[in-house]
Amino acid sequence: MPLSRRSFLKGALTGGAVTTAFGFDVQPALAQSRELKIARTTETHSICPYCAVACSVIIHTMGDKAHNVTPTVVHVEGDPDSPINRGALCPKGITLRQFVVNDRRLTRPLYRAPGAKEWKVISWDEAIERMARLIKNTRDAGFEQKDGQGRLVNRLTNMAIIGGCTDTNEINYLLGKFRFALGVVAYENQARL
Amino acid sequence: MMTTFIKAISATPGKPAGSSRATETAAKLIDTTTCIGCKACEVACQEWNNQQVTFGNFEGTYQTLPDLAHNFWNLIKFHETELDGQPLWLMSKYQCMHCVDPGCLKACPAPGAIVQYSNGIVDFNSDACIGCGYCMTGCPFDVPKLNPETKKVQKCTLCTDRVSVGLEPACIKACPTNCLSFGTREDLLRKAEDRVAVLKSDGFGTAGVYNPTGVGGTHVVYVLARADQPESYGLPKNPQIPWTVSIWKGPLKWLGNALLIGGILGTFLHYLRYGPQDPE
Repeated sequence: MPLSRRSFLKGALTGGAVTTAFGFDVQPALAQSRELKIARTTETHSICPYCAVACSVIIHTMGDKAHNVTPTVVHVEGDPDSPINRGALCPKGITLRQFVVNDRRLTRPLYRAPGAKEWKVISWDEAIERMARLIKNTRDAGFEQKDGQGRLVNRLTNMAIIGGCTDTNEINYLLGKFRFALGVVAYENQARL
Repeated sequence: MMTTFIKAISATPGKPAGSSRATETAAKLIDTTTCIGCKACEVACQEWNNQQVTFGNFEGTYQTLPDLAHNFWNLIKFHETELDGQPLWLMSKYQCMHCVDPGCLKACPAPGAIVQYSNGIVDFNSDACIGCGYCMTGCPFDVPKLNPETKKVQKCTLCTDRVSVGLEPACIKACPTNCLSFGTREDLLRKAEDRVAVLKSDGFGTAGVYNPTGVGGTHVVYVLARADQPESYGLPKNPQIPWTVSIWKGPLKWLGNALLIGGILGTFLHYLRYGPQDPE
């Protein structure tokens, strides 16, 4: 196709103007700041269950507690208002989400009969019934109302109670009541630390 | 909320619209003298960023991994040295330094893949990342790591999602010994100087602040008991953007542009002078 100098210049100028106007003015989309994963989660205050320091934590759960929501824990971090840890947590405490959302978490009572190899799933009723039975049997066997010199002691020395570190003040109070009711002498929990 | 603008953006001509607007800066101070190596910051980082890492074998060190990884942005380096014949453990938290003059951003050829906000945070935008790995070459601290599966480079974001809504980074919040602090860069530099003065009066004559000027200063500032030898903490003594990146993104870039435009112009003028090639 024959091309005159004039038409070539015209074409070049038009093309240049078009690319300047539309082609080379692409500003990249501004990088958005990342989304905050706890923006509208429900905050629940709790206490770290791992050790006796009892750091306060905030548990962030999905949803706003509406009737149709099944909440799950999305994040756990320290409570900055707590005088104990002021927001800080240890490496173990920071992983609390994995303590709750974990397929290896024990959610039902398991029973392994003496000599058996397998764990068997039993109901809570069954488990509580059995524990009560064993406690009663042990207490009946070992309860001392009077000591060797005839003094009133009402004590139970063949059983011990150990409180866990997850226990709150209220649970420890109840555990104390339970202990006195049974007469258990050997009693320990982490609330004293 | 903390207002932020884009201060610098990779591979994009001109200055971003917000580059002239000043906001509060965001920075971290790491007082290595009070670090106990509990690794709470490592775990907090992994938890916040929903990351899991596969650990290797035990190799005679308490250090979690030999180096940072694309899914492990915060590493406590454990360095065993000696002081007056006594064993001395130097611990330092290693992560992106958020340089004032970031080498990664300078080296990046993908428009918008690396962004520096007005608060000083340097963030990688995975959507725009082309996985070329030039930022890994440009970084004097060897921080960005390539994810071989997604072919994207990743690193610490200084929790820009938290900072932009007014929260402190996850690692800072977790630290149980107050070794880590969060605040404006100016405040933290002052705090660091105060701490160094205390250390010096306590007999650590070599104490000092690590805020390397080779990269324009950093938004992660250290207090070192042995500031005369930052290498013993695993920190480079005088980090610089590699000269290859500086030349490539400086003179060579303009030389290349000139050659390109010259070539087009030459072709154009040649056509004007000699006209189209005659088939006969």
